[in-house]
Amino acid sequence: MSSDLTRLDAATLAEKIHSREVSAVEAAQAHLDRIAAVEGDVHAFLHVAGESALESAALVDASIAAGTAPASPLAGVPLALKDVFATIDMPTTCGSRILEGWRPPYDATLTSRLRAAGITILGKTNMDEFAMGSSTEYSAYGPTHNPWALDRIAGGSGGGSAAALAAFEAPLAIGTDTGGSIRQPAAVTGTVGVKPTYGGVSRYGLVACASSLDQGGPCARTVLDAALLHEVIAGHDPLDSTSIDAPVPAVVEAARLGATGDLSGLRVGVVRELGGEGYQPGVRASFDAALRRLEKLGAEVVEVSCPHFEYGLAAYYLILPSEVSSNLARFDAMRYGLRVEKGASAEEVMAATREAGFGPEVKRRIILGTYALSSGYYDAYYGQAQKVRTLISRDFAAAFAQVDVLVSPTAPTTAFPIGEKIDDPLAMYLNDLATIPTNLAGVAGMSVPSGLAEEDGLPVGLQIMAPALGEAVMYRVGAAFEAARNADESGPLIARIPELEVAAR
Amino acid sequence: MSTPTLIEFDDVVARFDPMLGLEVHVELSTNTKMFCGCPTEFGAEPNTQVCPTCLGMPGALPVVNRTAVESAIRIGLALNCSIAPWGRFARKNYFYPDMPKNFQTSQYDEPIAVDGWLDVELDDGTIVRVEIERAHMEEDTGKSLHVGGATGRIHGAEYSLLDYNRAGVPLIEIVTKMIPDTGARAPEVARAYVTQLRDLVKSLGVSDVRMDQGSMRCDVNLSLSPKGSGVLGTRSETKNVNSLRSVERAVRYEMSRHAGVLLDGGTVVQETRHFEEQSGSTRAGRIKETSEDYRYFPEPDLVPIAPTPEWVEELRGTLPELPWERRKRISAEWGLTAEELRDLVNAGALDLIEATVAAGAPAGEARSWWVAYLTQQANTAGVPLEELAITPAQVARVIELVTSGELNNKLARQVVDGVLAGEGSPDEVVESRGLKVVSDDGALIAAVDEALAAQPDVAEKIRGGKVAAAGAIVGAVMKATKGQADAKRVRELIIERCG
Amino acid sequence: MSAEPGTPSAPGSSTVPDPSAVSDPSAGEAISRDEVAHLARLARLAVTDEELDVFAGQLDVILGSVARVGEVAAEDIPPTSHAVPLQNVFRQDVRRPGLSQEQALSGAPAAEEGRFRVPRILGEEA
Repeated sequence: MSSDLTRLDAATLAEKIHSREVSAVEAAQAHLDRIAAVEGDVHAFLHVAGESALESAALVDASIAAGTAPASPLAGVPLALKDVFATIDMPTTCGSRILEGWRPPYDATLTSRLRAAGITILGKTNMDEFAMGSSTEYSAYGPTHNPWALDRIAGGSGGGSAAALAAFEAPLAIGTDTGGSIRQPAAVTGTVGVKPTYGGVSRYGLVACASSLDQGGPCARTVLDAALLHEVIAGHDPLDSTSIDAPVPAVVEAARLGATGDLSGLRVGVVRELGGEGYQPGVRASFDAALRRLEKLGAEVVEVSCPHFEYGLAAYYLILPSEVSSNLARFDAMRYGLRVEKGASAEEVMAATREAGFGPEVKRRIILGTYALSSGYYDAYYGQAQKVRTLISRDFAAAFAQVDVLVSPTAPTTAFPIGEKIDDPLAMYLNDLATIPTNLAGVAGMSVPSGLAEEDGLPVGLQIMAPALGEAVMYRVGAAFEAARNADESGPLIARIPELEVAAR
Repeated sequence: MSTPTLIEFDDVVARFDPMLGLEVHVELSTNTKMFCGCPTEFGAEPNTQVCPTCLGMPGALPVVNRTAVESAIRIGLALNCSIAPWGRFARKNYFYPDMPKNFQTSQYDEPIAVDGWLDVELDDGTIVRVEIERAHMEEDTGKSLHVGGATGRIHGAEYSLLDYNRAGVPLIEIVTKMIPDTGARAPEVARAYVTQLRDLVKSLGVSDVRMDQGSMRCDVNLSLSPKGSGVLGTRSETKNVNSLRSVERAVRYEMSRHAGVLLDGGTVVQETRHFEEQSGSTRAGRIKETSEDYRYFPEPDLVPIAPTPEWVEELRGTLPELPWERRKRISAEWGLTAEELRDLVNAGALDLIEATVAAGAPAGEARSWWVAYLTQQANTAGVPLEELAITPAQVARVIELVTSGELNNKLARQVVDGVLAGEGSPDEVVESRGLKVVSDDGALIAAVDEALAAQPDVAEKIRGGKVAAAGAIVGAVMKATKGQADAKRVRELIIERCG
Repeated sequence: MSAEPGTPSAPGSSTVPDPSAVSDPSAGEAISRDEVAHLARLARLAVTDEELDVFAGQLDVILGSVARVGEVAAEDIPPTSHAVPLQNVFRQDVRRPGLSQEQALSGAPAAEEGRFRVPRILGEEA
């Protein structure tokens, strides 16, 4: 019974909980059991909050038993929260030694919304330190392993959240996407990940990587589940100045509409610059098949050019480190977090603590950002990158004048072996090639499973991009594609994941 | 550290032209901080007016206080500045433990107000126009307490204790352009500017501008150029100048010190110095190993501020009568010379007199009470005039009682004494002390007759037409009635009785 | 998306290397070991000598790559600092409950008398 519950999608599980067929406590316990059984192999979590998860689930059960309507369509469903959101009752480390054991005295807005929706927070998931990385190997607490092949990366920075879904440790998860940290892990784990429009989900309590690029978003195993979670977490927050004060797009309705399988009249643009050379053959093949499937659904597929996308990576790796160098300055051993008592002065202790508390990738980016903002280099680097950002936004605007959504492979490759790129930062950065432009322009993007690559049998993701606040059409296309793929392949891609060895308990 | 050579001030101005610049920080008295909903009050228990945002906690975000922006715009308008139609906050990045995020959120090259001026009036009535370069918004830092070592000062301290109650309190920094051609009057101009700016900000009601509490702070920039050369000298920036008198002293000291360096054939170092209140001198700050590079960039967590013309005009409509306009009006209404008015301002009496007049008293009487008797009482008690325990309305009532003849001046002073002693309102004091003027003719006639009978020779003189002799009888009657008689009426009665 | 006029230009830009030199890979290394050491000091990172060797090499490669932004002719293009074109987002001047002193100090490495206790601070008096 227990193991069955972990295979359900969130929508189905919620129905069973709300109809009292199963209790929220049973659902939570089933997932906690699964975590206990597979975590040794997967390492998706940095902190598991069993007790508080069961308590919160019991409250949902009591409320339903009392005849109260569920607090949300997902009340009672367990969720894995990326360890970058502040939680008052759990540590928040961002995968860094410098915040080891830190318990925030406040909840992030997103955390509060999950609680208010009656969602059971199982714990906090592993991530690249401060969300910098594409493999979760830069976590100070060890890498997350891809449930499809344990010697492979689960993507990053949100590898923990994606792996938790693929390993059936949780039906829902939360990620953050600064340059692809939701979508690329989704792609390499055969799950669904959505980066909402910048400003769509509050960043209050999301520990910043790069403020102008960061965006929290839903992760799930189905498009509908992602949509249900999207509607829980999205919406205006007066505590975040960059939060958009507009109605949340009706993504659940759009996902349901899409699942009926008709995309006729819709124009889908293939971004010429996000494909071809540099993309693994199996990724290209899966993408081509996806285009065929979209056409079969009635969509008109056309090629569009976004000429400045090829500068996206360069602009991103100037803007991001610049903001990082400033955002991470607050970790100075004075008010919270690690303090290394080396040296007599505050200045020395700061430098010793930051040296000991940050990993190599964080240090590299801090140094790079400090450089890019330095007087004299500002115009050539940061300033120029901001102009490229404008040009990329204009490319999107021009493209969306012609088509409803844009598509590309989510990542150039499938999951690569752990350790392969860890000492080659530039090779690591190339993972984000296709996902970065949406972050630079603030538009929406998602990754849905498109199939397995022939050469390695590992999942490939299809990226769908939509204009700002255009999530509805994106979810519609994603759901239609998912339904068609599942129908053609007799079942969801995730069903083809190899069984993990279950540890004896 | 070697003692600097100081040149006599007269010598300095004979050989050099000072260039003066002033940067004034004003802490706004908004209900909440610049970017979060924490209170801004001075003197609370440490770290009790803080939240994740002003403590720079991971994940916390800023949101701009609308009232702080409005205050900044109003200050800008009162200083005749243009209000920028669009601007962003920037991050000024540097590490310092009293700054929770290790960057200060500040308007950098997009200040909200630019290019204004303030006409500053010196003691002799000379007007100097001080050009304002900019007024911009930023946030204050926390406060550190240095423990151990001899003095509680930073040098020699063993460790420090940090209180972030002040962190994030809104600041407006007002920066002048270089003020040329002030010559020997540079110290006076500096002081007059800061004084007038203080009065202006106070009249806007946006800050309590208490230099002693740090809600107004001044940095003095000064350089010298050889007289008539027009060659700009290297400037020093003196911080920690925390009283009006110190502003003047700091300018004077730096002029003498710069001249000493230059006349010794040295070069002035561009540096930050600290003013020392006790000695009236300045000392150099720590020399930094690396030059400052604040790595400014636009604050991504805040969106641009774009005041609409309608909003700016609405705010312009809320500007009160500005201090100098008010002074002009009052001079005319009360018939005062510029000097008389200045005395009132310097005595801190202008507001009080105006309030007394507003409560119905004639200007002359109101002024006389405040600058004479009440000023004496304030001096005796050692408190500022406005802290005396009597309100302008109460003073107006006393004046009314005198005008109506119910009190004479001597009694009125006793009434005031009673009010100051906390005995209640003027009417209550009159009642409880029994201080009414005796104007009941019956009682007075009896007292007059008695006095005339006691001094028959004087009575004779009066009857003989020597009316001036009546003074002695008046005195006797006043004494007999313990000063409560209406002296004018007594005199009339004496003449009547001797007629 | 938002095209915004003006951007903080770095002060003293005249005193620094010609930007075209940094964007031209043929001009030699983009960043020296000494520069990396200086930047680490600015960023309060007490990096080791071994790290400096590694970082200098890696950052040189990364900078060589990101310098590509210089290839784009963007002179008349307004910079984008914010992804969404919002402006005038304010809050009313109304108090919100903050943290208690205990909560504020809950994560502090050291505290004393209701204050954060930190090693002695070098530098200027504020």
